[in-house]
Amino acid sequence: MFSIEHFNALFNPRGIVVAGASTHPGKFGFVALHNILSCGYRGQVYATNREQVEVLGQSTLSSVSGVPSGVADLVFVCTPATSNSEVLRQAADRGMRAAFIASAGYGESGEAGRRLQDELVELADELDMIIVGPNGQGLVSTPVSLCAQIVAPYPPSGSIGIASQSGNFVSSFLNLSRQSGVGVSRAISVGNAAQVGVIDMLEFYAQDPSTSVGLVYLEGVAEGRSFASRLEAVCRQIPVVLVKGGASSSGAKAAASHTGSLATDDRVFDGMCRQVGAARARSVAEAFDIAAAFATMPAPVGPRLAIVTTVGGWGVLAADATAETNLELVDLPMDLRTTLDELLPPRWSRGNPIDLAGGETKDTVPAVLQAVIGHRSIDATLVLGMGIQSNQGRLEREGPFFPGHGLERIVAFHERQDSRYIDVALAASESVGKPVLVASELALCDPDNAAVASVRNAGKYCFPSAERAVIALHHLATRQKWLRSFTNQYSAEF
Amino acid sequence: MSLTLSESESKAILSSFGIPFLPEVLVTTEEEASAAAIRFDTPIAAKLCGDNIAHKSERGLVRLNLSGPEDVSAACKELFDAARPEDQSTGVLLAPMAKGLREFIAGTSLDQVFGHTVVFGIGGVLAEAIADVTVRLAPLRSYDAHDMISSLRAQSLFAPFRGEPEVDLESLASILCALSDATESVPNLVSIDLNPIAIVDGSPVALDALIEVTRREEL
Repeated sequence: MFSIEHFNALFNPRGIVVAGASTHPGKFGFVALHNILSCGYRGQVYATNREQVEVLGQSTLSSVSGVPSGVADLVFVCTPATSNSEVLRQAADRGMRAAFIASAGYGESGEAGRRLQDELVELADELDMIIVGPNGQGLVSTPVSLCAQIVAPYPPSGSIGIASQSGNFVSSFLNLSRQSGVGVSRAISVGNAAQVGVIDMLEFYAQDPSTSVGLVYLEGVAEGRSFASRLEAVCRQIPVVLVKGGASSSGAKAAASHTGSLATDDRVFDGMCRQVGAARARSVAEAFDIAAAFATMPAPVGPRLAIVTTVGGWGVLAADATAETNLELVDLPMDLRTTLDELLPPRWSRGNPIDLAGGETKDTVPAVLQAVIGHRSIDATLVLGMGIQSNQGRLEREGPFFPGHGLERIVAFHERQDSRYIDVALAASESVGKPVLVASELALCDPDNAAVASVRNAGKYCFPSAERAVIALHHLATRQKWLRSFTNQYSAEF
Repeated sequence: MSLTLSESESKAILSSFGIPFLPEVLVTTEEEASAAAIRFDTPIAAKLCGDNIAHKSERGLVRLNLSGPEDVSAACKELFDAARPEDQSTGVLLAPMAKGLREFIAGTSLDQVFGHTVVFGIGGVLAEAIADVTVRLAPLRSYDAHDMISSLRAQSLFAPFRGEPEVDLESLASILCALSDATESVPNLVSIDLNPIAIVDGSPVALDALIEVTRREEL
């Protein structure tokens, strides 16, 4: 039905037209143009306004017909619903293959709107155009620096592809991207999904060289069988993380059979996700954690996890968090224990979690990290307790004694050490191709902390807690197991 | 509207897909019942069997731990007397009492959005309260069946349990795959209940079965 040209017109347009640009800063037609012009879009921008008044210093055309032929691929529609068939015809006539329709007054507004929406889809099909929406918040495409949406924010560029049945959750995901630095390739809210839905977007992301993971918010699914088989085909190509609204709404059904009453809508959906290889998250924050892990870390080849922590408690809770996952807190092999014995004072935990018990000298932590991450019997490593020295450094830097009493030197030393630990851990991850996850609440509390900043500067994700890192890693491992089930290397043991 | 097939007919159909059941006898009179009882060397369970009997335990149509012809024929008389015309009773099913502490539930259910699904969970009288249940879309791959088993929270039930051996997971997975097969070939299928599936000497065996269809296939 849709070709790659349609999606390229949508996400990589050579030029864009804002239909219905407005001088009123509270209107969609102002905000959309503002965001496109402000975020550095690389193509040509046109705008239409009935009175042809200047908007944001940009001259406008009286209609889309005024746009030269073949210079723009996408029209962003903010005009009233009743004008939009004319807008689409003119856009098609000027060579545009894609439209994003922000206008409301369609299927969401009752029977008359529903009819208008059906007519719009019919017209788009006839014109061979892809239309997204109506009643959608817009789209983002970082490879062309495009922020064609009526909401903030514009995220850093990266490889997460977002598709949502609710525009607000696109914003939530983009906010998390902006905060963490783990970037986005494309993001789109499908609004009323009149012609295309989330699954169509995912199919494009699976083919899109800029996108490595799909991140989805869903409320409802029609045509379940077709959705499931299309989703499976996408999951064979890229990981998909999905959060679904309405999980609790439908409880037990009246049924003659016990199984009928046990097979609630949510359990059916959950089983479908597991079967087709999609990672189902329980919240928006968890969904972003998992997507960020997929986007920034290699997959573990097996379930064997090592936890390295500079001091006690964190490791204990992280170990507890693995209990309900498919990860295995591996017993440390003898040769690794011997290596660590040589590096650490005798009070180290001598087991997994590997608790350094504060026994590190200048070069201990890097040596331990390298030995653990690179060991053949460990598939993934979780690193905890990073940044605590720099956190003390911050208190000292902000206190009344700084920079005297040797404080300037020691604070700089702590920050260098924290950065170095992170750099060593991430370099080891890269060189052996295994996931290394760093977790600290400082990711939220003090994003400028040297350890957190080093993770972010490396383009990786600092998890806000060990538990959240464990859950994300569980989904990485689950996907590997699922992918392997299609090959002959599969065993029920993983 | 839908209708249910009798327990004996449901079991006959599901046996053909490889689902394990106990050896049973369907009797239609008290005399047949006492004659059949002699051939059992274990305590006997007796259940009224008919096309439209869905919730036997709730209606008191099950008698357990019967021993000897007199016991059995008396129980059968009570069950025949309890039958209502709409039950379309076809007789009483006599089966050996199965010894197993662990009970699971499995079956299929027709979802409005996703079509036929396979359901598996912890069984027994507390099944719905415990709600340790997992669902997949039919058809299942062997991977899905094993993933269903490992999805339950109560994993300790599959290990050796109070003197009983560990559960034969391959057989359990085969039952789930057989249910999946049944969704593809039983005409007009709405749902299947295998409730309970008991673990007898480590092997799963379905003690009860119920097939629900939209209408009977006329031959």
